[in-house]
Amino acid sequence: MSLTSLSISELQQKLRSREASPLDAINALEARIATVDGRVGGYLSRNLEAARQLAATADVNLPLGGVPIAIKDVINVSGEPCTCASKILKGYVSPYDATVITKLRQAGAIPFGRTNMDEFAMGSSCENSALQRTANPWDLTRTPGGSSGGSAAVVAADEAFAALGSDTGGSIRQPAALCGCVGLKPTYGRVSRFGLVAFASSLDQVGPFTKTVRDAALVLNVISGRDPRDSTSIDQSVPDHTTHLGEDIKGIRIGVPKEYFVDGIDPQVRSAVDAALRQYESLGAEVVEVSLPHTEHAVGVYYILATAEASANLARFDGVRYGHRAASANLLEQYQRTRAEGFGPEVKRRIILGTYVLSSGYYDAFYLRAQKVRTLIRRDFTQVFEKVDVLLSPTSPEAAFKLGDRTDDPLKMYLADIFTIAANLAGISGISIPCGFAHVGESRLPVGLQLLGRPFEESTLLKIAHAYEQATQWHKERPAL
Amino acid sequence: MSEAFDVRYTAKLARLELTEEEVAKFQAQLSQVLHYVEKLASVDVTHVEPMAHANPVVNVFRDDAAAPWFNTTQALANAPRQAGQLFVVPKVIE
Repeated sequence: MSLTSLSISELQQKLRSREASPLDAINALEARIATVDGRVGGYLSRNLEAARQLAATADVNLPLGGVPIAIKDVINVSGEPCTCASKILKGYVSPYDATVITKLRQAGAIPFGRTNMDEFAMGSSCENSALQRTANPWDLTRTPGGSSGGSAAVVAADEAFAALGSDTGGSIRQPAALCGCVGLKPTYGRVSRFGLVAFASSLDQVGPFTKTVRDAALVLNVISGRDPRDSTSIDQSVPDHTTHLGEDIKGIRIGVPKEYFVDGIDPQVRSAVDAALRQYESLGAEVVEVSLPHTEHAVGVYYILATAEASANLARFDGVRYGHRAASANLLEQYQRTRAEGFGPEVKRRIILGTYVLSSGYYDAFYLRAQKVRTLIRRDFTQVFEKVDVLLSPTSPEAAFKLGDRTDDPLKMYLADIFTIAANLAGISGISIPCGFAHVGESRLPVGLQLLGRPFEESTLLKIAHAYEQATQWHKERPAL
Repeated sequence: MSEAFDVRYTAKLARLELTEEEVAKFQAQLSQVLHYVEKLASVDVTHVEPMAHANPVVNVFRDDAAAPWFNTTQALANAPRQAGQLFVVPKVIE
């Protein structure tokens, strides 16, 4: 068995018993990547030399000592590219480490490889990458989901032990579901955003892709905490998220929001999630039907607020200080042409939409109103979390869709995130874990189970996810590549 | 509301040059998205406060103290054009 099929926890046992070295881990990844990444296309670049240097001196007794971790190409790692899968950042070399990278390094981890994504994290299939196509390891004709599709694909294909991604409206949980791995979106403010290229600052959060729930807890332990460089990171103590793993979940109350079990969910997804609910009942959990009455408005609120914030954040790409610059006679022309040449169609659409909803005459009707409905969406969650410990739903209404199926229908693509978006608006934590397969023709496509938890109670969320994972075998399944 | 959406004018505000093909395509696609989000008009938001952030943090202060950060070389490392210690841009004033 190759090292690359191991979880972080399993790899650490081998590293600490000196059965394998961090360099062995890097070399095993390289060999696996050479075999499968030509078909998967999860990585945009790798700095093998830097990784080998770190591996040579890694202290394997640190919390993530000697563990290579792949990084979505939207998080700055000093000396490496950070393209955001956009032509506008071609040639850019990060002059600094994001705070999550500093924390990974302090914990002994080795940032290894940059993963593909939808351009500037805008999309649900990775097809908006201007640089590369990524395929779903379970069926190479289908999408890995997005926006962190590369991170999900490399973990699922055993080309990485774990990866970091970012989640603005589901960009960790949805690709984790479609690729059959674990994806955790921490509570807003739990993890520093410093050095994460901003898409929608009030929604973005960095989190891990892993093969097991325990591994997600290990990575969360390392990357969490208040950062003076991110004023929205929260000064909350960071518990050891592995402490409660394995504890009994008898008496835990699981809320099932009736608005999340509607027509339009693929029947095979529905039956996998129903089976997961029965599994939880057999583990002693109490299942309670609850209501989140403003659910139907979440997608609308999201596409106003996220695009408004994006239109402001992406104003920095003007060809002055970094990235692409178009040849121009004057400064205005430089702005307009640089952005025309550098951004892809989805990024342009969202900048225009965001500019419109913020523009004079439309601000109150769109932006301000969306901010108010966001308050109502958050209130829905606050109220149900008085009655239940977690909420359970499908992560995505369907399994992986075909590459090319929706690229010309933005609205249809936006509706892929219907179950994940509200968690970002409310700022709560969420996780997707494998819960079965949908059979489509010859393909077996993973189905994801979403659990949503109270703010800053990731420990409870992980404990409940772990109980299901350990009672089932889904997390042990691997695609045949 | 979405009837008033003018993609050409909005793109100008966003400093984006569009081709004629993009104008036609985005006008149609974004009109459809705006039509979808207009259903928010049906929500009663009387006496509801707008929310800008998930966590109600206000007035995050820090000491007004200098700390090490980029030097000039690092700050200019990715500049498309530079001279001396400055970013060079096309002439702004006629």
